[in-house]
Amino acid sequence: MRFLIYISDYIIPFLLFYIIGFGLLNKTNIFDEFIQGAKDGFKVVLDILPTLIGLMVAIGILRASGALNIVSDFLRPLTNLLHFPSQLVPVAIIKMFSSSAATSLVLDIFKEYGPDSYLGRMVSVMMSSTETIFYTLAVYFMAAGVKKTRYTLLGCLLTTLTGIIMSVIMTKLVF
Amino acid sequence: MGKVKIMLNYLWGIMIVLGITVGVLRGEIGEVSQATINSSKEAVALCITMLGIMAMWTGIMQVAKKSGLIASLTKALRPFLRLLYPDIPKDHVVNEYIASNMIANILGLGWAATPMGLMAMKELKKLNHDSEVASCDMCTLLIINISSLQLIPVNVIAYRSQYGSVNPAEILGAGLVATICSTFVGFVFSVIARKLSYRNGHR
Repeated sequence: MRFLIYISDYIIPFLLFYIIGFGLLNKTNIFDEFIQGAKDGFKVVLDILPTLIGLMVAIGILRASGALNIVSDFLRPLTNLLHFPSQLVPVAIIKMFSSSAATSLVLDIFKEYGPDSYLGRMVSVMMSSTETIFYTLAVYFMAAGVKKTRYTLLGCLLTTLTGIIMSVIMTKLVF
Repeated sequence: MGKVKIMLNYLWGIMIVLGITVGVLRGEIGEVSQATINSSKEAVALCITMLGIMAMWTGIMQVAKKSGLIASLTKALRPFLRLLYPDIPKDHVVNEYIASNMIANILGLGWAATPMGLMAMKELKKLNHDSEVASCDMCTLLIINISSLQLIPVNVIAYRSQYGSVNPAEILGAGLVATICSTFVGFVFSVIARKLSYRNGHR
């Protein structure tokens, strides 16, 4: 499965080549459009900055106080049974509720263990294959005025669980 | 929405109160004090890295949009959507919204995906005769959405780069396989659940 690392190297350049090439062939003002779009990116980042400050401070406090270690020590007997790193349990759970809170926990793992460590890679894969279930469901169903969501939650939990299990398997296979 | 806000309210509050309490009890209050200051600084440093990567990505995506690439991808998605949403009339505008929502998610444009998704939900509500019970189409939309089929998790790459990864993009392949698997499970689940609901007279 190591070939996936080489494929990873190709994904971004290939997409760039394809999009820019497509734009050239269709005679789009590619550079002007790029500049316009890049400005939007600034707005996106600035919009999440306050949230990120708030949550990173909270996670920073939890880490420095030792509370995060207490939680993962407490969970270790159970997670060892499931072959899942206890340090990643908080991320997996929080990610279902709030994306920015999960992000702060991920950054904490990067700081503690490094992004290229086993845990760092696994959490990166996990973040890219799971979504914020409860938040998304609330926003979408609220918009449709739906009260009975039937099998939606079950399906969402199932896909999220698949994402988490596959992150563990893929990290073990690829790296 | 309200419930989620309240939840985050408590979550944030409890994290801080609990953290400081544990810090005092374990005699780590000096560390806690430092962490408070350093974390806020770190959030800004992170956002500066993200500004670069995110602006590059949204810029490229703007090119993809204006050149008609996203529109043609949306069209290419149609046959696939027929499998997931067999009951929606072929020419209904909701097809457009669902496809755009999915493409935006795949390309890592979450903030652009949500408005499209909400418009899709509003149309599905009309098709569902304003019922308070979710239609199969709504369930499918959410399940596929949550399964997070995503080509490039731009944020994750920015975070990895900020914290000194030698090759921030190395996780893309593994992530892609994982997310394809979870979307596949969501796909199969949606199709089966729909069949079962039809049998029970649900639409």
